[in-house]
Formats: sequence, structure tokens, C-alpha cells
Amino acid sequence: MEAISLKVNGRVHPLNVDPDTPLLYVLSDELQLRGPKFGCGLAQCGACTVILRGQAIRSCVTPVSAVGNDEVTTLEGLGTPEKPHAIQEAFIQEGAAQCGFCLSGVILTAKALLDENPKASDEQIQQSLSNVLCRCFAHARMMRAIKSYQRSRV
Amino acid sequence: MKAGSSRREFLKTSGALVIYFSASSVLSPLGVAQGPFDTHSSHIDPEKLDSWIAVASDGTVTAYTGKCDLGQGMYTAQTQLVAEELRLSLHKVKLIQCDTSMTPDQGTTSGSQSTPTNFNSLNLALAAATAREALLGMAAQKLGVPTDQLTIEDGVISAKSGEHLTYGELIGGKRLALKVNPAAKRRTPDEWKILGQPVPSMDRVALMTGTFEFVHNVHVPGMVHGRVVRPPEIGATVAKVDEQSVAHVPGLIKVVVRKNFVGVVAEKQFQAEQAAQKLKITWNPGPKLPAQGMFYDSMRRLPSEDEMLVDSKDVDDRLKNASHMVKATYRYPFQAHGSIGSSCAVADVQADRATIWSATQSVYPTRACVAQLTGLPLENVRVIFVRGSGCYGLNAADAVSFDAVLLSQAVHRPVRVQLTRQDEFTSENYGTPCVIEQRAGLDADGSIVAWDCESWFASFGGRPGYDMPGNIVTGMLAGFDPEMVTPRPVTVPAQEFDNGSNAVPSYFAGCIGGKCEGAGSIRSERVLTHTVSSPFFVGPLRSPRRIQNTFAQECFLDEISASVKADPVEYRLRHLRDRRMRDAIEAAATAAKWEPRPSPKRNLRTGTVPGRGIACLAYEGDNGYAALVAEVDVDQSLGRVNVRRFVIAHDCGPISNPDGVRNQIEGGLLQGMSRALGEEITWEDHKVTSVDWQSYKSLPLGIAVPAIEIVLLNRPKEEATGAGEVAITLVPAAIGNAIFDATGAHLRQVPFTSDRVKAALVARL
Repeated sequence: MEAISLKVNGRVHPLNVDPDTPLLYVLSDELQLRGPKFGCGLAQCGACTVILRGQAIRSCVTPVSAVGNDEVTTLEGLGTPEKPHAIQEAFIQEGAAQCGFCLSGVILTAKALLDENPKASDEQIQQSLSNVLCRCFAHARMMRAIKSYQRSRV
Repeated sequence: MKAGSSRREFLKTSGALVIYFSASSVLSPLGVAQGPFDTHSSHIDPEKLDSWIAVASDGTVTAYTGKCDLGQGMYTAQTQLVAEELRLSLHKVKLIQCDTSMTPDQGTTSGSQSTPTNFNSLNLALAAATAREALLGMAAQKLGVPTDQLTIEDGVISAKSGEHLTYGELIGGKRLALKVNPAAKRRTPDEWKILGQPVPSMDRVALMTGTFEFVHNVHVPGMVHGRVVRPPEIGATVAKVDEQSVAHVPGLIKVVVRKNFVGVVAEKQFQAEQAAQKLKITWNPGPKLPAQGMFYDSMRRLPSEDEMLVDSKDVDDRLKNASHMVKATYRYPFQAHGSIGSSCAVADVQADRATIWSATQSVYPTRACVAQLTGLPLENVRVIFVRGSGCYGLNAADAVSFDAVLLSQAVHRPVRVQLTRQDEFTSENYGTPCVIEQRAGLDADGSIVAWDCESWFASFGGRPGYDMPGNIVTGMLAGFDPEMVTPRPVTVPAQEFDNGSNAVPSYFAGCIGGKCEGAGSIRSERVLTHTVSSPFFVGPLRSPRRIQNTFAQECFLDEISASVKADPVEYRLRHLRDRRMRDAIEAAATAAKWEPRPSPKRNLRTGTVPGRGIACLAYEGDNGYAALVAEVDVDQSLGRVNVRRFVIAHDCGPISNPDGVRNQIEGGLLQGMSRALGEEITWEDHKVTSVDWQSYKSLPLGIAVPAIEIVLLNRPKEEATGAGEVAITLVPAAIGNAIFDATGAHLRQVPFTSDRVKAALVARL
């Protein structure tokens, strides 16, 4: 166990954890955040995605010690139910989910890409989502929501 | 038609269940949690209105349902239903779903049965209608005005004089103390204000902002973490568990062994994960598995439990005398539910009581099984449904609930268990594989005069129900027996027509004892099914047996129509009597601008070529109707299939929520496409080898998503049917037929991987 501090969604949390602990377990167990979720533990599905240093990363295979002083943003860190972020609003408008378990992977991966490359082509968007899974297959609505968010930014 | 499938058992046996609860309530009252009416769980009598509806003093209504939202939208649709019947705005209705201390026992939320169960003149719908009539009657009495001169607007009952009473004023906080009235009049679709509207799913904002509570997010004071260690091979048993091997793992609370069930509990999740990985266990090996390549043939040689669903007794003669005959054999693999979230549950088992937070589809059956696993009295077990990731049938939600119970009972603390991806893939109850043989005889005009259908499905275990915890992995490991196949030949053919598993092709007349209840016109007909023992656990996976049977029947229909150079749409209509199926086919063909011509299209035998295919269905015989057109491009050098467009015409009776239905259809089509093109459980000598998302192929978000066009055929005068499994059932057949149209190659085995497509291209005539 080691005393560390972790900055998540604008707040700094002092923690006492094994530094090898996957970031996901710290977020979901210690901080009781609901956005990032355990899907596979293998970085293959995206359900645990968070944003770190502008990149969408898989928190299930990222040791908490690798975060350092940088800020972690989870799905609930983007916006609130009262004031959702524009990409969340686009997903709400399209009803782009069924069970919704995969949404951290879908929304945060798309957001990280479009923040970096607002004019990403359809192929680039597809490429960025090539290892993000949704097993309810709400693909059609999700792609519409992502495109609608992209259009709203230009 | 008879509601024959086992998933409809609840409807048939609910009377018996009521008696069961009354009896047990006399024996020992529940001390765990009080129900909403100071009753205990065994008093939740579906005949009592108070079991379903409670009116608060502020006029808001709480409704209790045994059909839960698994991500399919049942929370929203049922809230609409209650709001509609009670003439309330949506935000004044609160829905409590699936909690054994609060809600009536409605069995399992599965099999496209929630809408037929709760949205016709039964159960929740009838209770809400009863409550509205009762409130109206009370107001009439108090105001001294006949009910037909009263109006209701958002929970306020008014007379023409302007006098009015609110629901809260009439009954708020008190019991209705009435029986559900079987004659209560439901509001009709032409009166609907809230039902029938595309109400946005009510979980949307919480989901998109990461604030929705899944079972994975449940935290209970004092909760610790568990992991299980499943046998590395199917059927392996524990020889020795070396607890010393993990003695050094920080935070370890206990290694738990119960027969062949092994798990660990630790203070933190990461510690439990490390202990599970490091625990040294000596296993006695399991039996050798049948070679995957020979599996389908081996199924046919196994002893089987048989059923003859229809037999006109003249099929062999008519086939012999037919002008020509068509034959083909179809194969469908084991497939996984593959929920995106590995399953999770929390259990708090104390000396005299237990509470389980579970994503189970079956809170009451799970309660009964937990009582068996723990030895606790049934009344002292409470199962609370908390949504998990989409399950699509019997995923590992029940197994992980049992895991949490066994571990919590061993450590006397609340335990959260998170399965690993490998746990989920290697020991869930897969969708059933099958081999289906079809033979059809044609007359000189090219019409079908006789059709013979024989299938072999593999089964082992299944839903645990109320008394078979061994039907899933945890129960079996802990020493409970699974349900086995009992080999039994057919002695008497079916006495009633039952197409609950879509084993009988739609084109059959379905004549039994002089009554013809099939959807088609073919009178020389035979359907024989064999169920054989599976080497792996099997359980319901979205559209169990129906997707397999439909694939074999609808692809075979195209083989037949091609053999007589008939257009697949015209040929279907030629053999179908059922009006709703015919309407669906015609609507899909019109929307898709179907060009009447025989398949295959005259394409080049090289390069990328286009094709289209159609498939149609009366789901479970009478629980939803649809026809699907798929348009594909086949890259003949790579064997790659790209689906460009789906057009579906879909009839599920009166539509409660068009947006919810569309969402189900869109998801069903693409999930069906993933299963048709790539999903297959694989194994070697002793082990399952599809253990993660690299070895089990699910189409990711980053595909070119086909265009989807949906024609909703609204039928306000018909009964409401299911809609969750109709679309997916058609997909492998429609894609298979489109590949045939494009290339002339028959894909008779799912999934249509590039290797299989290439092999079929080589084999084409």
C-alpha cells in the first residue's frame, strides 16, 4: 500500500492503494464512480475507457501509478445529468444505447478523436472505434450521434 | 394456438404458484424486508390489485412489475402503460421492478414474453385498468355523478360542474383492497395518449452521463471482493487446493472450496484477482471433447430425446412420387451471449437471511435456488434485480449470483463477485448448436407438395428455474445435478399444434387431428426433432432454436425456389396462407423495391458482386411477424461479405413505443449480422479456445454500418406480441440467401466466415 493522490474529474483524491492496482478498480471501488466499467480486463472492449492526457485509454490495464499528476476524466466527468456535454447530448437525442454498459468506450473514444481531429473522416472515426464493442449493437444510433456531435462543433 | 414453449410456463402455471406462496406464507413469515403493503413476499398475490398498484397521498402512483428492464426498454414501456391506463403524466408514475419482497412473481423476463404478458388484458395492464375504474367509481360515489359523466385528466377526476377529486384525495396512502378485475376495460389504441408515442427511454440521461447504477456499481457497507476459479477444462474436478500458495497475498480473507466450486475472498478487488490467479489447484482432468470438426456428425449418432411436431404420414410416399426433390443440410454453431460486461453480483448472506443484488432475469426462481444453495428458508431470501449489461438470454448473471452467495456465506460478509472475461466465455450456457436436414418434393408446376424436416439440437443444463441450481456452472460445481437429456423415442406424435420454437416451417399447413393451424398450405408435412446431450452448458440465447430453425427453413426455401427458377418472394406467397406473414413480405418487398426474378442473379464469378435475399417469420408461430430483405456485396476473392442494407417490415400488434421497437429491431439486425458472419465458440481436446474478444469475433463499432429501413406495421386491433427477438431471427437466413443470390453459392453453415464463403464458392455448380 502506498499513499498517492489521484486527480479525477476536477477533484484530487488522497488514496492508500497498491500502486499496481488497475486504475479501473480505484475509480469504481475506491471512488465509486459509475462511468468506467469492467468489460474484459484485457483492453479489448472499451467499457473501462477514460481520458488521460487527451487520449482515450483502457483503465483496466493501466496501473494507477501510471497516471501520475495528470487528470483522469471519466464519462461522468464530461457533463452532468442537468448539463450534459455536447457529445452526451447528441447520444441522448439519438437514444444511442440499449443497455448502455459500453458507453464509456464509445463516447470517450469518439470524443478524444474529435477533440484531436475535428474534421475526422468517416473512415477515421470507424478506425478509432475498431476495437470498441457494443453487444446490443446500437451501432446505427451511435454513429449518428457521433456524426451529429461532429457537425455541431464546426 | 397453444402457448407451448417452456418459457411460457409461467403463464400456464401461475395459478399453481399462487397457491404455493399462500401455503409457504403460513409456514414462516419473512423478517427480511417488508413489502409495500406490510405484507411479506409470499403474500404478493397477483390477483390482488394492491400487489400491482399503490396510490400515494400526493396522487402519484407506484406500480410493481415482475418484468424488468434489461436494456430492452421495458421500464419506459411499462411506465407508459401504467400512465396511460391511469390517465397520469409519465413523471407521476414510479415503477418498481423485480424484487422478491415487493413485486409479484412473473417468472423470467425473457423470450419476448414481457409485452404479451403485461400489455394485453392481463397482469399489470389489467391491474392498472382496474385501478382506474375503481378510482372513477369512488369519485362517482363521492361526487354523486355517474361515472360516464366524469372525465380524468392527469389524475384529477372532474364532473361537468367543475367539482373534482384527485387520486390522492380518493385513496392516497391507503390500500385499494380489491381484486384485479378480469373485465376491467383497457384503453384502446385509438384512445391512447402516452402509449403508442415514441417516448424517449427514461434511463437515457443517466446512461449517457455515467450516473446510472448497474449491478456492477452496487456498494454495500462492509462489502468485500470475490473471484472464482473455474475448472480449466470442462468436467474437471478438484483433487487438491493448496491454500498456502496464496497465504502471502495481502488482504486475503478466505479460500472457499465447496465440492468443485473454488473461489477466493479478499478485502480489495485487485487482491482477490491476484489470489485467484496465484491459487494452486490440482484438477482431475475432464473428459475429452468431441473433435470440433466432427461435432455435427457426432450429434446425429447420440441417443436422443425426440418429438414429432407434425406428421401427415404420407411424406415418404409423396417425396418418392414427386416430380423432383431438393435436399440440404444446415448447421448452426454454439454461440455465446458475450455480454459486454462480465457478470457481477453482490450477496449478503447472514446466519438467518440473505439479500442478493443480481442482474438475473428471474428473481423468484433465483430466490428459490439460493434457498437451496444456502439451506436458508425461502422466505428469508430476498433477490433484488439491478440491471447488468445486456444479457440476450441466460448469460452468467445467475451463475455469478450463486458465486456471490457461496462466497458470502463462507465469510459472513457481503461479497461482490466480478467474473473475468474468460470465466464468462468458458462456462456460460451457450446458445444451442444444431444440424437440420430438409427434403422437399415438388410437383410438375414447381410447387412444393411434401416437406420433411429432421433436426438435432444439443442441450445440457439450462435455466435453473425454481429447483435446478445445477443447470448452470456454479450449481453443478457445488454438487447439484444439471438437467440431462433423457433419450426417448417418439411414441405418440404431438396432439396439438405448437410452433413455439419455430421448428415447423411457415409453409406447412400444420394439420393435427383435423385442425390446420400452420401458416402455410403444404399438407404433406413432417417435423421430427432430436435433442442430444451437449458437452457444454446450453441455455436460451436470443431467439433459442428459432434463429437456427429459421436459418435452415428460409435458406432451404430459396434453394427450392431456385431449383424451379421462381422468384423467392412470389414463391413464399404461393405457399403461405397467414395474412400477417403475407402482409409483412409484401411490405418488405415494396420498401426494398424488390425486383421479381429467380436467384441467383447472373453475376460474374470473380470480383465483388451484389445480391439480395429475403426471409420471413411468424415468431413462435403467433408472437410477432416480419420479413427482412438483406442486400450484400460479396468479395469473391477474399470471401468477404459486406451487408449494405436491411429493409424490414415488422408487425408486433399495437405498438407501445415506436422508438423502443425501432431500437430493438436495429440492434437485433446488427447482432444477427455479427452472429451470422463471425460468432462461433471453438474448442480443442479438453478446452474452450474462444476465451476473449480476439478469439470470439464480435463486429465492433468501427464497421460500415448497413443502412436500416424499418416499416412498422401497426395493428391496433390485434393482441400485443413480442418484438425483442423477431428481427434477429431472420438475419442469418436473409444474409445467406443474399450471398446465394450474389454468387450462386449456398452457405449452409453459420457463421459465414471468409473461409466458409470461399469453400462454398469453390463448391458451387
